[in-house]
Amino acid sequence: MGIRRNHDSHAGGRTSLVLVALLALVVSACGTSSPSDSGSGKVKVFGAFATQIEEPWDGVIHAALEAEKAAGRIDYTFADDIGYAGDMERVLRQTSEEEKPDIIFGDAFGNEEAVRAVAADFPDIAFVFGSGGGPAEPNFSVFDNWIHEPAYLAGMLAGGITQTNVIGVVGGIPVPEVNRIVNAFIAGAQATNPAVEVKVTFINSWFDPGAAKEAALAQVGADADVLYAERFGVIEAAQENDLVAIGNMSDQKALAPANVVTSVTWNMGPTVKYVIDQVMAGSYTSQDLKDFSMVGKGGAALAEINTDVPGGLPEGLVADVQAREAEIKAGTFRVDINEGQPPGSTIAGG
Amino acid sequence: MTLLIDLLAATLRNATPLVYGTVGETYAERGGVLNLGIEGTMYAGAFVGFAAALATGSPLLGLVAAVGVGLLSGAVMALLTVTFGANQHVSGIGLTIGLIGASEFANRLIFRGGELQRIEPMPLINPLPDVGPVSAVFSQYGLTWVAFLLVVPLAWWVLQRSSFGLEIRAVGENPEAADAAGVSVPRTRYLALMIGGALMAVGGAFFTLALLGSFTLDIIAGRGWVCIALVIFGRWRIGRGVVGALLFSLIYSLQFRLQILPGFGDLPFELLLALPYLVVIGALALSGRNVAYPGAYLKPYRRS
Repeated sequence: MGIRRNHDSHAGGRTSLVLVALLALVVSACGTSSPSDSGSGKVKVFGAFATQIEEPWDGVIHAALEAEKAAGRIDYTFADDIGYAGDMERVLRQTSEEEKPDIIFGDAFGNEEAVRAVAADFPDIAFVFGSGGGPAEPNFSVFDNWIHEPAYLAGMLAGGITQTNVIGVVGGIPVPEVNRIVNAFIAGAQATNPAVEVKVTFINSWFDPGAAKEAALAQVGADADVLYAERFGVIEAAQENDLVAIGNMSDQKALAPANVVTSVTWNMGPTVKYVIDQVMAGSYTSQDLKDFSMVGKGGAALAEINTDVPGGLPEGLVADVQAREAEIKAGTFRVDINEGQPPGSTIAGG
Repeated sequence: MTLLIDLLAATLRNATPLVYGTVGETYAERGGVLNLGIEGTMYAGAFVGFAAALATGSPLLGLVAAVGVGLLSGAVMALLTVTFGANQHVSGIGLTIGLIGASEFANRLIFRGGELQRIEPMPLINPLPDVGPVSAVFSQYGLTWVAFLLVVPLAWWVLQRSSFGLEIRAVGENPEAADAAGVSVPRTRYLALMIGGALMAVGGAFFTLALLGSFTLDIIAGRGWVCIALVIFGRWRIGRGVVGALLFSLIYSLQFRLQILPGFGDLPFELLLALPYLVVIGALALSGRNVAYPGAYLKPYRRS
């Protein structure tokens, strides 16, 4: 577009600048919730999220904290949509100084340095953040969504269900958190179906459900008859073509009850409960809370299996999956953690 | 063969929101106003359409609501740029930021960050007789049929053949002459922006009412900006803009099918995802030389 100076619109320019400023106010106002009253003796918890809580990852953390609030154990306030442009440090510092919460939960991805710097300056507050790094003394604990175990189980189901021997996976961005669940899913599919071919598409976005659906439809065009929906938009493609889908992050059966066979779910409940208990007992220390997001402690699970899906489930498949699930819980079977980027098309043995 | 049929069906499907957006933006720009509010208008159309459909249980009423918010959005853009004569770039970007913020605010107020809600989306329909596997190409959403069979021909006819279209083009090329000939410049620009806004909003509502049946953040994902480029690619002609939308959509749909072919594994998927954008940039660079912008492009009109 050509840039043309416009000499007779100064007044108008000012009007629209005011408008932009007003709009910016409205936008930023939606992010912060009002602080609640303190002094009730409950543990005071603050949530600091880089994305909006409608984003599934942060949504899981938020949901667990809301549940503790509903149970009356904590006072909970949060700020979301803080972004990656430097506001995280300001929000954390301001909250730590003015609100003095006992615990701050949040996601540190994309804001690692800022979050760790603030944590070091407020050693009396427990900082518990989703992070790809390790914990730091004395008060910085980390967690992550370690849902590769239910992803493996879902892969076993998909491998058993597929009649075309082609399975589709649509993922957001190939970061370690996504790669390890996709790789575990592929390993599970190969465990029940040595002839399976797994097609993997990344849309390079955490949202864009339109693109996710198109990626899934392309896989359906290439004969995929079971789709794993790491992102929103994929279950819709399965429903439209009367195929089987597997949800992710939370139980997504409600999106298409006749098509979703199960979901790979993450539950922050055990992590949140453990940290609050520790803080209440005065015994909080910094640590890697990984185990609390795994199957053993209930932080990850395969949602209830729905056998009433198109084509049905073969005899004995559910029993096989449940047997493997029991082995994982008992600690006698370990799902490999592989964080390398899976290729677009993986053929078993190939 | 099946790949080709699948690809053609996908091309028409994915071109649909771009066609609504491109035709809508063409109306605004032929009237002399660059409407960068398109991304926000599509977003608001997607959200309001979904919320209304969920509340009433009728995707059709959702569509009506989307048209309403599009008309309103066009009117606000007209108020800023026609009545106040404000800078069009700033007004448009402000409108986009404002509409996205307002939609997400309303989304939070209504749904409280809970589980994703879904409506029964508009179904695929195929009014043509079954002629074997090729029929799959014509299994499309109602909004796709309406876009190609109704909106595009009608929009072309109105703009190029009707006296109202002549007025739009006149106020966009030479508002002084149009004014002297008795055409109300503000009224015509208001109408062009409002018609354009309604079309953009329908393009956005396509995602929530037909393609997905749900509203998620960032659902438009920059497709409004693609439409801005397509209007220039089409040199402000409806037909050429639609061809551009089809070309973009063809490559967009093709790359998803290439990514999962064995043998394409070594190619970075980011490159394939960027392909449609690279082609449009290339096409713009080639076809963009010597383009004639509408004469009154970006200029507010004042009688003096």
